Amino acid sequence: MLSRVARRIYWMARYIERTENTARLVNTYHFLLLDLPRGTRIGWEILPVITGSYAVFSEQYQRHDERNTVKFLLADSTNPGSLLNSIAAARENGRTSREVLPGQAWEQINELQLYANARINDALPRRGRFEFLTEIIQRCQQLTGLLAGTMSHDHAYDFVRIGRNLERADMTTRVVDIGAMSMQNPDDVGGLDVHVWTSMLRTLNAYQMYRKDIQLGVQCADVVSYLLQNDYLPRSVAHCLDQIEECIGDLPRHQNTLKPVREARHRVSRIKPEKLDAVSLHMEVDRLQVGISAIHNQIGKTWFA
Amino acid sequence: MTIDWKSYDPGEFYDELISTPGYARAPARNLTAWLRSQSDEDLQARKLDAELAIIDKGVTFTVYSDGENIDRAWPFDIIPRVMPIREWRNIEAGLKQRLQALNLFIDDLYHEQKIIGDGVIPASLIAESKGFRKECIGIKPAHQVWAHICGSDLVRDSDGTVYVLEDNLRVPSGVSYMIENREVTKRILPELFENNTIMPVDNYPDKLLEMLLSISPSRRKHPEVAVLTPGIYNSAYFEHAFLARSMGAELVEGADLMVDKDDYVYMKTINGLARVDVIYRRIDDLFLDPEVFLPESALGVPGLMRAWRKGNVALANAPGCGVADDKVVYSYVPDIIRYYLDEDALLPNVPTYRCNDAKEREHVLANLASMVVKPANESGGYGMLVGPQSTAREREEFRRLISSNPRNYIGQPALRLSTAPTLCDHTVEPRHLDLRPFILQGAETYVTAGGLTRVAMKSGSLVVNSSQGGGSKDTWIVDNEGG
Repeated sequence: MLSRVARRIYWMARYIERTENTARLVNTYHFLLLDLPRGTRIGWEILPVITGSYAVFSEQYQRHDERNTVKFLLADSTNPGSLLNSIAAARENGRTSREVLPGQAWEQINELQLYANARINDALPRRGRFEFLTEIIQRCQQLTGLLAGTMSHDHAYDFVRIGRNLERADMTTRVVDIGAMSMQNPDDVGGLDVHVWTSMLRTLNAYQMYRKDIQLGVQCADVVSYLLQNDYLPRSVAHCLDQIEECIGDLPRHQNTLKPVREARHRVSRIKPEKLDAVSLHMEVDRLQVGISAIHNQIGKTWFA
Repeated sequence: MTIDWKSYDPGEFYDELISTPGYARAPARNLTAWLRSQSDEDLQARKLDAELAIIDKGVTFTVYSDGENIDRAWPFDIIPRVMPIREWRNIEAGLKQRLQALNLFIDDLYHEQKIIGDGVIPASLIAESKGFRKECIGIKPAHQVWAHICGSDLVRDSDGTVYVLEDNLRVPSGVSYMIENREVTKRILPELFENNTIMPVDNYPDKLLEMLLSISPSRRKHPEVAVLTPGIYNSAYFEHAFLARSMGAELVEGADLMVDKDDYVYMKTINGLARVDVIYRRIDDLFLDPEVFLPESALGVPGLMRAWRKGNVALANAPGCGVADDKVVYSYVPDIIRYYLDEDALLPNVPTYRCNDAKEREHVLANLASMVVKPANESGGYGMLVGPQSTAREREEFRRLISSNPRNYIGQPALRLSTAPTLCDHTVEPRHLDLRPFILQGAETYVTAGGLTRVAMKSGSLVVNSSQGGGSKDTWIVDNEGG
């Protein structure tokens, strides 16, 4: 398989996943803020911070209010990670690797972009936002399912899974980071933090699973452990890394690339959430993100060069 | 309403299926009889089936307009064009003869230039040729073959004579559509294949691969073949992907390839570098290697010419073969055949007037309204004057162009192109067409059975290029006893 095709497939999968994640993030944050009392210290600007685009954001916008933040995250062409830019990047990568994609997948990416561009203005005011974002999430999932169900599960599909899971793991660490930054009082089991962590679980579609598995109340340490270390939750960092390891093991010349994956996996296992406060949690998450980007760099060096 | 062949009248033109109103030519009788037995609704349903099949199969060509690339469904007429095998055998022999002679000619031009020394072709013609590449002088490609893949355009005049209109030697396209047209026809008119012996066309990718392997410089058991495309923005990208897929070859862009210190060509794969032995390149000479040709080309591979000159990789077609794809050189092809093969041309050229000759130029300028004037080095129907359909202003424009650069123009009498019945809305009407067979030459020479028939969909139009609104038909070489 050509390196160029592998690279494009990998990025296409990452951008599809990033699109879905961005939609989830904006969607749940919107509902979280509705639950928090006025004057709470967390606000919308935390989202550009968490997605690593705060510098670009504050350069563009003076007022860091809901309207500007949502516009920045969804529609702004200067934000490389905006929803519309992610969709465009997914489409461009898909378009240039059509020889390995099922024809229908290409059509759906195309339609996703047509839909998003046509309806983006509905998503900026609160009223139409939920419907728009839900539709985007559904279309992304449909695409993921289509690739799983129709694409040959060969090396090309390995790169789809690697891209998707790496992007997923990355987003999960960022969501945990939002939690850490939003924590009012780590010991306040019944207070505001319940809303924060519940909403983080919802962002990752994990609330129902969490309830089923953990049953007890929503507590910081349990949620962090669940999102980072659970073996079965498809969006937990541990699960994503396991998937990546499996795919990488399938590919030729994988030795050097397995190393950073295993290192990150060990780091995740060693985390003891019950012993962390907001600051040390943030630092743990930071180290995980460094590990994830090391995996990304090694993948590029091994297969895309 | 069913088809009434008695009211189908091609007029002064030679029709490929109908000889006189109401009478079909022998090899087409099964087809015309079947068409007459169908109701209008049936024919419309088959036409719709064909359109759906083309969309399903994703048979497209790309049109560039308004800064956007648009993939259009391939335009197709369901009524095949039929030729008897006996006539085809002559054409096939003529095409082989032509390509063999052209390859000897190209090889001579890059070595001793005997044909110029012997005064058959003027030296000025090569000196002023846009396709001559001094970088190719002295190279010895396998089998002395430079043009491995050729698409020659054939037309039939009103007296029934088939002429060669031009030889496309650079990067001829269309062969994938020939194959897809047959696939579609088999789907929608299966019953006709039972009662006719129609020569198959779908072995072309095998023949192409066989030819490419025959020019491989490597003695490896499984030489690596790649198709080099300029990328998805190219109008023939569909075909590049199609051919690569059908041959099981990699479809590569310039950036996928590199020439290493050992002067071999490698492609970058997830397994590391993999050596490439034969490249079927679908990009023009001047973009092939930025170290030798256009330095700004991002489509090519730095060092590719070095690797080729050292004999480490085969390029099809070889760089520099475009010297023979020139409409002035075309006019010498009968002389070229006689010179190298000591034979008369089996297929006639269209009479051609060279504008760099004062007397012939006078003739062209005096008869602009009845001639077709073509630039020597364009393809795709661009930049030409079709005299009988031109305005006085266009003729003035060409008068000026020819006078300022006579070497770049030739004139030919406007042929009365043959027609074939074509399904237009709810009637069957005559439409003009041509035929592009594809000829391969490596260790052996091969001609497709038929080729790509292109048809001008507008009444009276002579322009068959798909980039300019032309359509296409399946082409049947029929071997019916007595036919």
